[in-house]
Amino acid sequence: MGGLRTAGDLVARMQMTRKMRIKDAKAYVAEKLKVSSADLSNEHVMREVREELDIGIITSVPGCAKGIEAKARIADLLGIEINSVKRLKNKISF
Amino acid sequence: MKKYLTRMGDGERIEMTVDELKQDFELGTKDAADRGKISPLTQDELDYLLEIFTNPNKIVSVEPGNEVPLTHDIGTLRLMGDQGNSGVGIPLSRVQGIQVHERAFGGDTMELGHIDYSFKPVKPVIAMEQQEMENALLSTIVPLFYGAMPNLGLYYSPDGPFGNPSDLLPMGKIQEAREAQEGAVEHATRDMIYICEKLYDVGCDGINFDTTGAAGDADMKATLHAVEYLKANTNLAIEVGMAGEFVLGMHGGLEYDGVRLAGLYPHQQVKLVEKAGADIFGPVVNTNTSKSMAWNLARAVTFIKACVEVANIPIHVNMGMGVGGSPVFETPPLDSVTRASKAMVEVAKVDGL
Repeated sequence: MGGLRTAGDLVARMQMTRKMRIKDAKAYVAEKLKVSSADLSNEHVMREVREELDIGIITSVPGCAKGIEAKARIADLLGIEINSVKRLKNKISF
Repeated sequence: MKKYLTRMGDGERIEMTVDELKQDFELGTKDAADRGKISPLTQDELDYLLEIFTNPNKIVSVEPGNEVPLTHDIGTLRLMGDQGNSGVGIPLSRVQGIQVHERAFGGDTMELGHIDYSFKPVKPVIAMEQQEMENALLSTIVPLFYGAMPNLGLYYSPDGPFGNPSDLLPMGKIQEAREAQEGAVEHATRDMIYICEKLYDVGCDGINFDTTGAAGDADMKATLHAVEYLKANTNLAIEVGMAGEFVLGMHGGLEYDGVRLAGLYPHQQVKLVEKAGADIFGPVVNTNTSKSMAWNLARAVTFIKACVEVANIPIHVNMGMGVGGSPVFETPPLDSVTRASKAMVEVAKVDGL
């Protein structure tokens, strides 16, 4: 689907965490991102959406969420548990 | 009569007329239907395959909106590995390889894998794999699997503690061969669970059991038991990818959930994979090098369509060199690979590749 260029990582996460078939996974992510399912593969739309939500973009822009920072925001946005984010939260809750 | 460029199953370029293409589509779908006892493709679907094959462009793609996410096998070995691993020998660390896939290739998901890519050799170096996974998880965004092959072959002599069924069977030692495989199932299941739990401890997103069934029904049985345990005891996402289109009966009597594993085709395999709790299934259909790509793709799409229809979990069909209607060739021709991918998404209706 294009990974971070579009919403490929987000759709894949719904297949992995909720066993969603492709139509359901796209519909779920589209609703969370407030875009159409077709726009999930549209680089022009998704670049702006990803920047606004600060969930990681493919180019290296200073200040944008990177790595696990972006994944923590994705977990909240999609309402899913991401194992590495859960581990981070456990590590910092002292 | 006009001829269209296409290929044989070994990648050799050939030309075929519309009538020849139609004939091979019909023979290919009939072969799958006969072997799998499933429905052949409909006339509309065969017509669509013809449209894909007669498209004059070298590369084809799905219609906008029909894109699907990709999962992988072999991890970053395709970058730093040797030719035996289909690699291109670029000296990169594995974390760098993962970042290249995420940042340069636009991968939807990615994978970490040991250089041997089998579970058994990972056990003694699991701390190294945990450390590499930790580093990758901190610096990347896309979901990360750990990928490895169950590879029960490594549990047989001379590499493992059990007698080798490939030696025992020709000697007529059927019972000994079966006992060796039953022992290997126990060891492999235990090793896979140990490794996957360690990776879960450091935050790994999921596990890709790649080439499941490569050593036959015992290989698949060990995998399904490991999946069942891991889904009950961890939050790992699990993808089960197959080695071939049907499960080889090296043992012949092994069952999972009361179903004999030997001889199962993709639409039957998926029901057991679901039962074990896996989240994604990766079916395989092998390519016949002596047949045209028209024959091979129609056959592959027929098998996978039947699998998708009965599945309740996402289907990521195995595509590439030698499977999924692609030629058996280490540098897969783009014309064939893109046509096969389009057909899998738009005719078989897969959820991913």
